[in-house]
Amino acid sequence: MRLNDVERRMLAGELGAPRRWAIAQQIAVGEFFDAEDFVEVRQVHICADTEALGPSGVAFLEQMAGAPAHERRVLAPTVTDPRGADVARAARIRQPEWIVELERRAADALAALGMLLTNTCINYQSVLPPVRGEHLAFGDTGSVIYANSVCGARSNYEGGPAALAAALTGRVPRYGFHLDACRRGSRRYRIVDPPRGLSDWGALGALIGREQESYWQVPVVEAGNAGALNSDQLKHFGAAMASYGSTAMYQICGVTPEAPDADPNARATALGHADIDAFYASFAPVGEVLDVVVFAAPQLSLLELQSLAALLQGARVAGHTALLVATSPEIRHAADRMGFTATIERAGGVVLEGVCFYQMHARVLAEANGWRTLMTNSAKLVNIVAGYGYQPVLAPMARCVESALAGRIRQ
Amino acid sequence: MTEIRGHKGVGEHVRGPALVAADNFSARYDLDRERGIFSRPAHELYGQSYVGKILVLNAAKGGVATSWMLAEMAARGMAPLALLLNYANPIMAQAAAFSGIALIDRFDGDITQTIATGDQVEVDPTQGLVRVCSSRDRESGD
Repeated sequence: MRLNDVERRMLAGELGAPRRWAIAQQIAVGEFFDAEDFVEVRQVHICADTEALGPSGVAFLEQMAGAPAHERRVLAPTVTDPRGADVARAARIRQPEWIVELERRAADALAALGMLLTNTCINYQSVLPPVRGEHLAFGDTGSVIYANSVCGARSNYEGGPAALAAALTGRVPRYGFHLDACRRGSRRYRIVDPPRGLSDWGALGALIGREQESYWQVPVVEAGNAGALNSDQLKHFGAAMASYGSTAMYQICGVTPEAPDADPNARATALGHADIDAFYASFAPVGEVLDVVVFAAPQLSLLELQSLAALLQGARVAGHTALLVATSPEIRHAADRMGFTATIERAGGVVLEGVCFYQMHARVLAEANGWRTLMTNSAKLVNIVAGYGYQPVLAPMARCVESALAGRIRQ
Repeated sequence: MTEIRGHKGVGEHVRGPALVAADNFSARYDLDRERGIFSRPAHELYGQSYVGKILVLNAAKGGVATSWMLAEMAARGMAPLALLLNYANPIMAQAAAFSGIALIDRFDGDITQTIATGDQVEVDPTQGLVRVCSSRDRESGD
């Protein structure tokens, strides 16, 4: 890779050990993907929950945080992805103390590096939305696909150590979705029936995502029948597509800056209600008793919390069923002010902030609470939690709530 | 000995037994990292141990957590020896750079059809080269 003066000085260790480590990592990855040089980034988003980090990852962060301030402080504004525990509410869901303690250590180290502890995967909705052409180092598959596809910004998937490296150098190797050549559309899809809610959008994202062969495919989507789109719809659509496919970008006609015009004559795979319903049916419950309902993955927006509070107004979740909600600290505070949190918690729900279900040691939670059957409106979450020993069912938010009140999985 | 050429990789030069499936890979979605086995019921390698194996799979799938997780698994001695994929994504490359676990992708043909489970395989990331030293068939006298 071609290095400029600053990058050469970083590699020589003149700017301290953390930046030397960081740029060496980035050169290895850049050469793996044939990057010619680096590009500076305007914002970094880092996944560093304690479940992913483990004790060795936390120790690594602490070692970085122990460097002198001028050597360790990030060079680009850096925000954090959800954490592994909501310290104030961990006991309510029986998260053991060792997780909370590990979480405190990780958070202290991230803060010492100069990161902003936003603890959110919906930073594109709630912190600083990306803009067209902006180079980024985002660290959640859902945030990357949203930035590329909806905003026309440019980011690859930057896993935790890579996002840390980007934060320390203020740049990333220029390959993949930083380059025009990588952002061109491939296979075309046409949504022929209007999606009936957010979980339908997630199902559509999943159906498209699982057909993609690799990270390098960019599906083109015509959604003319879906009407005007909003951020929550595209959030669920993209998060599911990225989860099922390792897909970092789609083009949606009329939204994505690079997308072609919709073309009714172009060959396209049609997707409608029958496909979505078959997808729901693939998560048929094995039993009736419902252990836990989860609204998360991605964290909920203020509008989703408003919808959920309306469904739970004056109701009561069954005694043997837990109902968990995850959102960002900022959105939680807004929901507190507007009364949504109180409505949800009066009904028996737990509103968690700064976490996401699958990032908070889901296997430990299952064991501590005896949870097995799980219901959610997140297509991304059903894809992830089967590997953690859960038996997940995907359903629209209203049906998840009906089931939570009944304590049984309502079909 | 068969030599298979891929793109220049990252990580350390290693040798070990292959574990192969025409399926995809994500550390967070697919693995019970405490027990060292594939735990996602729909995965072709469900229930099998990957510890100390050269994992040969199709493509990297969802999730950014794999890059921390592979290093954490390596720190506990519960990691695969190497990853050979038809298509890595950035997360896998970053994971390999961070953990030292060998990774090569973009082979001449479908790597999951070229190597069989049980083959002894040598992985040389700096050359982007994989050598199948002994196949299970030959060892069993077939």
